[in-house]
Amino acid sequence: MAVVADWFRWLYEATGFNFTIFYDPYDARQMLGGFLMTVQLSVISILLSLVIGILGAWLQGSNLRLVRGLVGGFITVFRNTPPLVQIFFFYFGIGTLLPGTENQWGMRQPMLSNVQWAIISLSLFAGAFNVEIFRSGIEAVPRTTVEAAEALGYTRLGTYRHVVLPLALRVCLPALNNNLVNLLKTTTLAYAIAVPEMLYVAKQIWGSSQNVLEMMLFLLFAYVGLVGILVFIMHRWERAMRIPGYGR
Amino acid sequence: MNPAKTLPVLLSPRVERLHPPFPVFRLRAWHGLAVAAIVVVASGAAVAQGGPTQLSPIGVIMKWMPLLLSGFVFNIAISLMAMTLGTVVGLALGLMAVSETMPVRKVSWAVTQFFRNSPWLVLLFFAMFLVPYEFRLLGVTVPFPDWIKAVIGFSLPVMANVSEIVRGAIRSIPDGQWESAEALAFSRRQTMWMIILPQCLRRMLPPWMNLYSLVTMATVLASVVGVSEMLTLTSQVHAAEGGRPELLAPLYGFALLCFFVYCYPIDRLTRRLEHRFQVRL
Repeated sequence: MAVVADWFRWLYEATGFNFTIFYDPYDARQMLGGFLMTVQLSVISILLSLVIGILGAWLQGSNLRLVRGLVGGFITVFRNTPPLVQIFFFYFGIGTLLPGTENQWGMRQPMLSNVQWAIISLSLFAGAFNVEIFRSGIEAVPRTTVEAAEALGYTRLGTYRHVVLPLALRVCLPALNNNLVNLLKTTTLAYAIAVPEMLYVAKQIWGSSQNVLEMMLFLLFAYVGLVGILVFIMHRWERAMRIPGYGR
Repeated sequence: MNPAKTLPVLLSPRVERLHPPFPVFRLRAWHGLAVAAIVVVASGAAVAQGGPTQLSPIGVIMKWMPLLLSGFVFNIAISLMAMTLGTVVGLALGLMAVSETMPVRKVSWAVTQFFRNSPWLVLLFFAMFLVPYEFRLLGVTVPFPDWIKAVIGFSLPVMANVSEIVRGAIRSIPDGQWESAEALAFSRRQTMWMIILPQCLRRMLPPWMNLYSLVTMATVLASVVGVSEMLTLTSQVHAAEGGRPELLAPLYGFALLCFFVYCYPIDRLTRRLEHRFQVRL
């Protein structure tokens, strides 16, 4: 570690490129925290959005018109409004309407923290897209397969869990991949409600160290790297789930 | 007959089991009425807290409507400019991606992937802080206000996405088209502009419109870097009305509504075009 720190200190003295996060222990700790926060936001929102997607797609196949209409409305609203305004609406709008408690200094302690609101709104936003993606996957499952499962005495839930979903998941993985990458990139919006993720931390660091260009480059490469990891995992998954002779 | 004892094989075929493949949700008049009713009820609850001297949330929105809508128009203007700029550069980048020279292809690929995989907000910061606020061109100082930098910041991801759309569309044209054009002695450039691209147009239109709707929704990010568009104005209006917390939900709700009203028809039209232009093999 000391070698890296020394090299970046030398880089600063020699060229003026000031990557404080690699040699200044305070900045380094800050940035590590920001990085972990971004990872935490992404992982939790990805998992939650997948749950919302699967649940929503299942509800869309319901027999009740009301349920289908509600899910459809949810998708339409979340697809056609800006995610940043959604976050503001949830955090400022709904967050202040919810009852809060008082902390030890008599300040208002909201029921949900900004991190939790960020996770909620990001998951809902990505979940709305996931519902559509899963639905298109489910539509791609041949009707005859469903009928065959029915003939074998599967219940509606059983057909969904054991027959339709495994097939649909494989069909919609590419689109899902795309959306999850998008979600990872959208976590930067949490910056707007002061969640200390990478962009927020980077802004604090360049505020004190005057190294906008360096932090920008770091951010861009960090996000491209994170997206790369996610895409790598998804591709591995896609390959692991491939059924021989199904789809190409 | 006890249904639990019946073998599934003996059941008569059920016709109404799966309804017609997942009906698509459509907005109808009563949906709008329902939304309006919710808004009225919600604001009514807020009025009860607000007291007689303060304006109700509806009143506040009515009072500031012209200002907020002018902010919204600014958002749309930014989105249109970013889309134009991004499309022009992205088209060039997409044509580079199918070039016959290897280095050109590689460069185009690298640029496209880089800008496609970085978050919009980070790119916006990038443009905001690293594009100078004025240029000196032949002794004339050309000022670069915030909103032009925002347009540049938004056009970067648009460029990368348009490049992918163009490349995908060109790749989706059957080889036979290229071959027959060659047989008719068209040069490569002529083939591209007179035969391939016109056919690509209908395939590119739906994803391009989808992208436009994404850009429109992304323009609110400009408020984070201090361009006074709709979201900035919304928080200013909130402050001007005394910063009452119960006003936040209706004000941001109004912003949501504006974007919804603008983006929903685009979304519908995109789907209809997608349906009509579906590739038939």
